[in-house]
Amino acid sequence: MRTKTAGTHWRAHLLLLIVLVAMIYPMVWLVGASFKPENQIFSTMNPLPLAFTIANYVTGWTATGNSFTVYLANSLTVSLCTVIANVASCSVAAYAFARLDFAFRKFWFGLMLGTMMLPFQATLIPQYTIFYQLNWINTFLPLVVPYLLATDAFFIFLMVQFIRGIPRELDEAAALDGAGHVRVFFSIILPLLRPALLTTTILTFIWTFNDFLRQLVYLSDHSRYTAPLGLNAFVDRASGSSYGGMLAMSVVTLVPTVAVFLVSQRRLVDGVATTGIK
Amino acid sequence: MAENSGVAVLDPPVPEQAAAPVRHKHKRHKHNLAGYGFLAPWLIGLFAFTLIPMVYSLYLSLTKFNLLTAPQWIGFDNYARLFSDPRYLQSIKVTLLYVVTSVPLKLAAALLVAVALNRGLKALGFYRATFYLPSLLGASVAVSVMWRQIFSRDGLVNQFLGLFGVRGADWIGDPRFALWTLVLLAGWQFGTPMLIFLAGLKQLPQDLYEAAAIDGAGRFTVFFKITLPLLSPMVFFNLVLETINAFQTFTPAYVISNGLGGPIDSTLLYTLYLYLKGFGSMQMGYASAMAWVLFAVIGLFTAIYFWSARRWVNYAD
Repeated sequence: MRTKTAGTHWRAHLLLLIVLVAMIYPMVWLVGASFKPENQIFSTMNPLPLAFTIANYVTGWTATGNSFTVYLANSLTVSLCTVIANVASCSVAAYAFARLDFAFRKFWFGLMLGTMMLPFQATLIPQYTIFYQLNWINTFLPLVVPYLLATDAFFIFLMVQFIRGIPRELDEAAALDGAGHVRVFFSIILPLLRPALLTTTILTFIWTFNDFLRQLVYLSDHSRYTAPLGLNAFVDRASGSSYGGMLAMSVVTLVPTVAVFLVSQRRLVDGVATTGIK
Repeated sequence: MAENSGVAVLDPPVPEQAAAPVRHKHKRHKHNLAGYGFLAPWLIGLFAFTLIPMVYSLYLSLTKFNLLTAPQWIGFDNYARLFSDPRYLQSIKVTLLYVVTSVPLKLAAALLVAVALNRGLKALGFYRATFYLPSLLGASVAVSVMWRQIFSRDGLVNQFLGLFGVRGADWIGDPRFALWTLVLLAGWQFGTPMLIFLAGLKQLPQDLYEAAAIDGAGRFTVFFKITLPLLSPMVFFNLVLETINAFQTFTPAYVISNGLGGPIDSTLLYTLYLYLKGFGSMQMGYASAMAWVLFAVIGLFTAIYFWSARRWVNYAD
């Protein structure tokens, strides 16, 4: 629309500004409140602390019996293992779907798309009983192993879409030079797939780090608690007291994902935008 | 004109279509060995973590099972008991209410902001990233904790209302309002569908808008007669995805109600009740039956969307 007037531009801007303030105010308030003394947290809308203190962080860090150092380390372990497993397994499956022609390919592809719509509750209980039989409860294995086997079809789909955009001539030239499928995959497809691999890495990290239900179900020992579980333990015991510590630890558990977001936001926004588009 | 506009979209009713790209005809022979070799991890995962568990879950749903002793066959008792369980019926009511309000709210906000953003603003990148952030963090416990404090009796919302002399309610503690705080939280996370709408808007053919401008069409006419029909495949895509997501919401309901679904079961979303039954009181047969009903309900919603898509989704062939 080249004929936009200054007037419509202004109104769009105003609307966006109001929405923007309404959206980020809660987060700004949260960060500000986490640095306020307990008695000032609910006394004012002003997000800036009048009396700046880090007491909430000091007391909150160890208030649940275990320190948040342990929770964060556990969360990072689970998230990083999941990222590696997911990126590796999904890219291999995506190569098969996007480039190789084999019997029943369309059937499997349809099934793969179907699993994207499957609610995870449908498999939660049977998976739990299987892992229970394997004696894997209270370990990180139930959280990571499924990702080794490309169970998150969303990322296969994302990579298939991306590989389809890579010119086939490149594969064919390499094949003429005698490269097999493994070589083509590693030396042609994977390097060119990097943007999709990055999107997958970022989203998998953030989603895993923030995941709650599966960690709640599988991890019951305090020493295995991840950051969301540690924070939840705080909520359970804080009702009525120590809001400051709880808010401070909320900020702490948000820091890793927000940091990843800030570093990667341009790549991520473009990656997500194209998931709805062929 | 619209037919060959070059808008590339996901064709809703035939997702398998994506599986049939134009093949190079001279490479006819199949690569079964390589194909299944590369597919092996996914195939094993499909059977081990999806197909076999689903069959097992179907079996469990016909049994009484508490994890520690062997499942005990009881036929369709679990399913029969579901529909005479008042808490279950309450959780269905709460969940349906949540889905049919939060999904339209989220999509409307996403579309509104996307259209406003699509006017060539200088700070587009900043706005996009900031609006997207909540949908990325929204499922976390920390955001739910934040939400709970903001809507508490002396929280931010009531302080804001106090500026206008309005005495706000105890939003989280009052069964009339608690669910609506969750709906608002879902609305706050409009970023993902917004990005998808925005990508769609950028691809709309400009000639239609120029023709409309020459005809003197107003802004609302242009939006409802041109923009919305052309975006309908994206509306469809977001509608399907967000509905499935909404049915599975768990974390915020758990956090604001201390894991109980209260006050008076007003935030007892389906997944929360399933968790309480399966892992709280170890009624895993019952919870499996719940999972299958949820699966059927989501399937039904999706089927209705795909069926109705013929009437309102505009395909750019």
